[in-house]
Amino acid sequence: MTRLSRRRMLASLAPALGAGAVAKLGGVNFAPPASAQDAHEHTTTAPRPPVHGHGNTPDHPGFQTGGSVDHGANGFHPTELLRDFDHGKTRRLASGRVLREWELVANDGDIEVAPGVKFPAWTYNGRIPGPALRAREGERLRIRFGNGSAHPHTIHFHGIHPAEMDGLPGVGLGIVEPGKAVTYEFDADPFGLHLYHCHVNPLAEHIARGMYGAFIVDPKEGRPEADEQVMVMNGFDTNFDLENEVYAVNTVGFAYMNDPIRVRQNELVRIYLVNVLEFDQINSFHVHANFFDYFPTGTSLEPVEFTDTIMQCQGQRGILELRFPHKGKFMFHAHQSEFAQLGWMGLFEVG
Amino acid sequence: MEARTATREETGPGRLPAWLLGLIPLLLIASAVAAFALLDGPGLGDRTGPPVEELAVERTELHPGEIELSVRNDGPDEVVVSQVIVNDGFADFTSSKDSLGRLDSAKLAVRYPWTEGSAYNVRIVTSTGATIDHEIPVAVETPESDLGFYGLMALLGFYVGVLPVTLGMLWLPFVRRIDPRWLRVLMALTIGLLGFLAIDATIEGIDVAAGGSQALGGTALVFVGGIVAYLLLTAVEAWLQDRKGTDAARRDGSHVALLVAIAIGLHNLGEGLAIGSAYAVGALALGAFLVIGFALHNTTEGLAIVAPVASRPPSLARLALLGVIAGAPAILGAWIGASAFNSSLAALLLGAGAGAIVQVIQQLVPTIRERTATGQRALYPASVAGILAGFAILYATSLLISV
Repeated sequence: MTRLSRRRMLASLAPALGAGAVAKLGGVNFAPPASAQDAHEHTTTAPRPPVHGHGNTPDHPGFQTGGSVDHGANGFHPTELLRDFDHGKTRRLASGRVLREWELVANDGDIEVAPGVKFPAWTYNGRIPGPALRAREGERLRIRFGNGSAHPHTIHFHGIHPAEMDGLPGVGLGIVEPGKAVTYEFDADPFGLHLYHCHVNPLAEHIARGMYGAFIVDPKEGRPEADEQVMVMNGFDTNFDLENEVYAVNTVGFAYMNDPIRVRQNELVRIYLVNVLEFDQINSFHVHANFFDYFPTGTSLEPVEFTDTIMQCQGQRGILELRFPHKGKFMFHAHQSEFAQLGWMGLFEVG
Repeated sequence: MEARTATREETGPGRLPAWLLGLIPLLLIASAVAAFALLDGPGLGDRTGPPVEELAVERTELHPGEIELSVRNDGPDEVVVSQVIVNDGFADFTSSKDSLGRLDSAKLAVRYPWTEGSAYNVRIVTSTGATIDHEIPVAVETPESDLGFYGLMALLGFYVGVLPVTLGMLWLPFVRRIDPRWLRVLMALTIGLLGFLAIDATIEGIDVAAGGSQALGGTALVFVGGIVAYLLLTAVEAWLQDRKGTDAARRDGSHVALLVAIAIGLHNLGEGLAIGSAYAVGALALGAFLVIGFALHNTTEGLAIVAPVASRPPSLARLALLGVIAGAPAILGAWIGASAFNSSLAALLLGAGAGAIVQVIQQLVPTIRERTATGQRALYPASVAGILAGFAILYATSLLISV
């Protein structure tokens, strides 16, 4: 007969502390950029068909039967995030180069990561993961970052760029205090699949709270036509004991179990897979009844492996290319059974 | 001086009735509380902290494919159970209540293919993401509470309660024959036996209370139970004395025997609880060893009942009744323990057993007094030896049983 230990008690207090901080933030001036608003309106005006949860029983893994996450309140739907690439706004510079611009805003708010379980999150543009920023090799990139959160933040991009644009506290643009804004500017280099995240201390907390996203630089010559999807593998430490309670791709546990990812038979599927999972050493991806070409970091156009399971440590990422020759439902999940049972599990439905 | 006297005289005739004087402060307090509540505690503001979510798991039942937890909200704030994780995997469950207010209880029925003998960690996830862990050290199916089961528990209670106590009472012919000096030693032995039981019950109660709802009192319940039982028995004893007249009562010792029987009965109720709940969670093997252990342990309790009535033995029927009063609660305890074990209730009952015993010891002390040239004394070499022997007997026999 266990009761809350002192540590758990304290941990249980923390989420509400976060919520309190959010409440105090009523009058922050940063409006989310148009793209995030659009996404929000889309999810609220065109609600998804009712999601049927399933119990984690021998017949069907999942959350409590009947429960569902209010994606409208979250402001994003995992199924929409999957194919939502943010190309920003472009214009041609005098030199003939393309300048690509985005606006990112940091905010605090509750995200429902499992039916009925709210997580006091810190986000880029009100969503976790943040927008999947997509550019082409050689372009000039400009990211205006406003901090509407109660906490100091930065954006640290993976890629090749000058030190002052690295989003590191104490270097270059440095920390962006609440209410302040900065503009990061650098070249899209090298091509591949990268990521961005906040780099303010305590680092683990800033990442675990949800401040990350995929950053894709397409090669000049592009990649073959495909059904492209972005999957950010993450987790949530809802009780603040430095271990995750919920694991997922694109935030909501079991989201693609309840709402399988629809793909077409024999069509090339390209998955941009990023691991940002905090607290656990590694994460992995395994697809059932199929194999895929794996392009680690996406920096080469030649695959290095033909496999059905890969693993990534935090910050590692890679591109997966596969076709489904058979119709039906095919599971994909972390091949760490614990992560799978705690939410990182989904289905492709091939039709 | 003059003025003061005058005032008193003026108010004299118009004096308010005593009951109204008693009621006025009460009404003032009530209206102050009501005003305070209506104004929502003016000047105090809201609590600065976040919600405090606490759940106590009061009972665990395992049925095929299902783990059922009875939980009670042990904290000050509302708790919503949103998800349940069993051994690092989300599990389907139903809850008898959507949200639990303060001290509310609910049943969580978790669908899970548990296997016999395995250990399980059941983690309750609240709406804020806080978690409450509950360990099931060894999974064993909870016996169905059917007639056969109640019969088995009754038999168990009979074996460890009624039978040994009644057997112990067969010492009556022996205690009647022995020299008064030896009888006093025997009574001292009884005090030693009871003293050990009181300590044992208190420790057991504190242990059990630690596992239950703290909002309902926790460890304090042991002492509440103890004090209540002590005072009630004292009142009963005083009432018996009034009825019979002190001298008569003291001479036949029958009311002392009754009080001893009640105290031992309360103690055996606690013992039955422990046995029943241990059996229900599969922590108890119902072997001959256990029964023999309890028989030896509880036989001495029979001796404690008959010792006070050595000089004037009551009728056989009355003796049998005393045996039932002392032993039968073990059956009741086993039923409650196996089918509706609740830590808070168990702590209260164990405390009551201890309190009753303390009261009875107080009753027995006069019977071991010996006259000396200067007066009376209760503690002398022979009585101390008796008390210590009582302790030693129960310590040794308690080694035979572990529940």
